[in-house]
Amino acid sequence: MSLRIVVAVKYVPDATGDRHFADDLTTDRDAVDGLLSELDEYAVEQALQIAESAEGAEITVLTVGPEDAKDALRKALSMGADKAIHVEDDALHGTDVIGTSLVLAKAIEHAGYDLVVTGMASTDGTAGVVPALLAERLGIPQVTLLSEVAVAGGKVTGRRDGDAASEQLEASLPALVSVTDQSGEARYPSFKGIMAAKKKPVEALDLSDLGIDGAEVGLVGAWSAVQDATARPPRTAGTIVKDEGEGGKQLAAYLAEQKFI
Amino acid sequence: MAEVLVLVDHVDGAVRKPTLELLTLARRIGDPVAVHLGPGAETAAPVLAEHGAVKVLAADAPEFTDYLVVPKVDALQAAAAATSPAAVLVASSAEGKEVAARLALRLGSGIITDATDVTAGDDGPVATQSAFAAAFTTRSRVSRGVPVITVKPNSAPVEPAPAAGTVEPLAVTFGELATGTKVVARTPRQSTGRPELTEAAIVVSGGRGVNGAENFSVIEALADSLGAAVGASRAAVDAGWYPHTNQVGQTGKSVSPQLYIANGISGAIQHRAGMQTSKTIVAVNKDAEAPIFDLVDYGVVGDLFQVVPQLTEEITARKG
Repeated sequence: MSLRIVVAVKYVPDATGDRHFADDLTTDRDAVDGLLSELDEYAVEQALQIAESAEGAEITVLTVGPEDAKDALRKALSMGADKAIHVEDDALHGTDVIGTSLVLAKAIEHAGYDLVVTGMASTDGTAGVVPALLAERLGIPQVTLLSEVAVAGGKVTGRRDGDAASEQLEASLPALVSVTDQSGEARYPSFKGIMAAKKKPVEALDLSDLGIDGAEVGLVGAWSAVQDATARPPRTAGTIVKDEGEGGKQLAAYLAEQKFI
Repeated sequence: MAEVLVLVDHVDGAVRKPTLELLTLARRIGDPVAVHLGPGAETAAPVLAEHGAVKVLAADAPEFTDYLVVPKVDALQAAAAATSPAAVLVASSAEGKEVAARLALRLGSGIITDATDVTAGDDGPVATQSAFAAAFTTRSRVSRGVPVITVKPNSAPVEPAPAAGTVEPLAVTFGELATGTKVVARTPRQSTGRPELTEAAIVVSGGRGVNGAENFSVIEALADSLGAAVGASRAAVDAGWYPHTNQVGQTGKSVSPQLYIANGISGAIQHRAGMQTSKTIVAVNKDAEAPIFDLVDYGVVGDLFQVVPQLTEEITARKG
């Protein structure tokens, strides 16, 4: 039994940096250094754990993004993924979630899969809808937002912790899984892993390789459009007091003045 | 006027507040038509009517509770086919966003998620969103198909606007994928008796400075004196002091209450992303240099174990 796992990851601007929009209202990818989205590290980790408990498992890590997005693939390969696919095409600039899911779905089909693993959301766009869109496009069960996941006997099981309830889910393979940041800390790449990653294959694809027309993606092909972006005005400096024994009372007086009490 | 579909978020017919907020927004665009899936439509209908629903499309089947997401997509798709809506509004819960996304794809429509406001525009509804940890505000619109928009809680007032709210059955045929992911067990969360974090008017949060699970009673006591929800920073959640469902921040909930009180929270970007759109921000922290003080309307530099109990006591006294 083999188990073909594809992990879809995103290369994002560092969330701790000063992120901006570019003039065309797409994410400015030059102003801030990029990296593998922190939330996707959890996906790579769970894929590795699933692979370790299965026989003949192989992990392909997939990204859609500019040249630098290779860094995200290298990180995942150094953590232990076996090979990578990088979809890069100038026509992709400004692609929305609908277009992104199209390209990812075609690339996942190109790779061949039994299980697709993703993170819960990207740290830049943060919509969190690409996993559901991928399941819809691929026509496979979505087993999403899991804090625990296991694969055995051709089935995926997992725990989804929602606001109202915690749910135990089950689906047959092939299936798509997304994992949250509660699924378990991601491992650090070892020195050996970093060296090995340099020799692992990275397949480069463009849109024509996937049979996608450039007009279906990018800013022109997007089904939604950002009209304007405004920097949030800095908050006006507030009153700061040092507690000299009456801090709680002073704060209560402020809250009363603001009609919260 | 064109109809606007609103997916009802409810527990056995008890309508959750974000749905009533969606009805307020839907009325700006057209005539709200509520889509009620699962048991309790007769209970929900008067509440939905009171807040502007001209019609309630109702469907009940075991699939809605026994399988994840897809049965609701099938039903909303049927509702869209029956109404030719001007837009579809869904609450920005985890499930709501997944349902909305799959629906959008099926309708050949664009999607906007986590809107904080929706207004009518010349070319269809315009949605406001926060981006990059709320450092930016954007306005967007869907340029193809029926706009599908998910809206965050607390984005609009709940307004009474009586309408007919006639209940009509919605015929739903489930596709093959509807039964793909089975919910084999469901454990309801124990109610704390406090408001929902994302819906609360006041949120009281604790962070690293709370220094232990047992000390969160200090935060809870303040929250209870104000009728507030309790939040926690990622540091406090990762340390195991408070449940993840209460985490405020980039990878937890994003809240936008009237008042946010941060206690022992430094204010790293991860946390700010989830709370900096709050109307009034107050912080208690012993470190005068903590970045949270850059955001506050009022801050107290001091030991939270001194300041917070005094504050709770004072609030309780003032409320008499």
